[in-house]
Amino acid sequence: MAKSNKPIFWGLFAAGGTVTAFVTPVLVLLTLFAAMGFSPDLFTYEALRGFAAHWLGKLIILGVIVLSLWHAAHRLRVTVHDFGVRADAVVAYVVYGIAGLGTLMTIVYLLRI
Amino acid sequence: MSEERQIQLEVLRYNPETDSQPRYQTYTVPCVNEWVVLDALNYVKENLDPTLSYRWSCHMAVCGSCGYMINGEPKLGCKAFIHEYGDHIRVEPLANFPIERDLVTVVEDFIAKLASVKPYLIPKEDKPISAGEFRQTPAELKKYKQYTLCINCMLCYAACPQYGLVPEFLGPAAISMAHRYNQDSRDGGRDQRQEVVATDEGVWECSFVGACSEVCPKHVDPAGALQQVKVASTIDWYKEHLMPWVKK
Amino acid sequence: MSRKPYVREVSKTTWFLSQPRYKRYMAREVTCVFILIYTFLLICALGALAKGPDAFQAFLHALRGPLGVLFNLAALVATVYHSMSWFDVTPQAMPIQRGEEFVPGNVIVGAHYGAWAVVSLIILIWGI
Repeated sequence: MAKSNKPIFWGLFAAGGTVTAFVTPVLVLLTLFAAMGFSPDLFTYEALRGFAAHWLGKLIILGVIVLSLWHAAHRLRVTVHDFGVRADAVVAYVVYGIAGLGTLMTIVYLLRI
Repeated sequence: MSEERQIQLEVLRYNPETDSQPRYQTYTVPCVNEWVVLDALNYVKENLDPTLSYRWSCHMAVCGSCGYMINGEPKLGCKAFIHEYGDHIRVEPLANFPIERDLVTVVEDFIAKLASVKPYLIPKEDKPISAGEFRQTPAELKKYKQYTLCINCMLCYAACPQYGLVPEFLGPAAISMAHRYNQDSRDGGRDQRQEVVATDEGVWECSFVGACSEVCPKHVDPAGALQQVKVASTIDWYKEHLMPWVKK
Repeated sequence: MSRKPYVREVSKTTWFLSQPRYKRYMAREVTCVFILIYTFLLICALGALAKGPDAFQAFLHALRGPLGVLFNLAALVATVYHSMSWFDVTPQAMPIQRGEEFVPGNVIVGAHYGAWAVVSLIILIWGI
């Protein structure tokens, strides 16, 4: 039996799971506030732009988004299997493709700031 | 004077020589309140129906023989106390295993998987007896002690949905047993065990449902063992692929 | 003696409905859908940020409304459930042995919840 290549995806899943566990709920809370129209000063463009312009800010944004993507993608692959879909190879390409697309978009947008 | 209760014991029967599929049969058993389900089964066999077939041995949760589904939950018959249940108790063979006869399941798959992880000490180098015994500190012992407690009762396999869906899965007990030896300071066989454990049908079929640890009667925590195996296997993978010059 | 083992079939699609612990597991797994969608929401925010102040205002405006509120609310429930289920199993996945004994599980879990509170507070205060 050949050794699995799952470790690379699982490693990202585990790292992403940890990052999302710590930061995502509060981020969702902030966007919930924005969605509810609370505080128009929330998310001032200048502050956010300044954060993203700094190399450390870029690194943090990249880290959080990319790890979240690959965490969710791998878990989605397993979840789809749990719901009875057996075409694992196809599912893997789709979910990791989505994560890859998101990764690319993030890099492109960050380079524009 | 112990209390007695009339229990309706509904048992899944299956006779391979006469039945095309299993069927339920209900027995009325006068149970003493201190009894366990195994006692009720023994009462049936001794007094009501000698054809009822089931595995059991020690009656004290160390041999691992009397695993059944009791009201849909994998349990040891000798550890399922009558006073925990109402007047109707359903007993079925352990889930995710083929039924041999009545409550007896086919265990060949489990035994083969257990053997495949080389569940024995593989010393790092050959050591003659004259060289003396292996020495181990209490801390080194504690590192793997928990995983030695497995009694091979297979409740974890009955609880694991991935084993039910993907019968090729190596499973909680086998992988925990590999982990037990990998964590043993006297052992050097991890690479050999990884051949079987680090495959798609090995630890990577596990999705950390955690049901195995919830039902384990000996508190081995196989789910924890499997996650630790995943972490170690992932570190292995990165070492192999990013630093191939490092000898293992 | 003839053997004729009987195999009980398990439904590939509805197996998790049979036990509460399986339902809880699937609820935990399904949180990834919310995290995936939310992350793309963040990517859209990043894209709008890159485009300019007007695009960013348009993004904030698009967030408002019942759909935005409902999704973020659902995502909040999902991500909190993810966090709690993640922290609760950390001692199992990464036991810490200090000398002979292992660090108690509830200490490891407690430390995670503590760090979660601190990080969340920092980001919350920075955001508001």
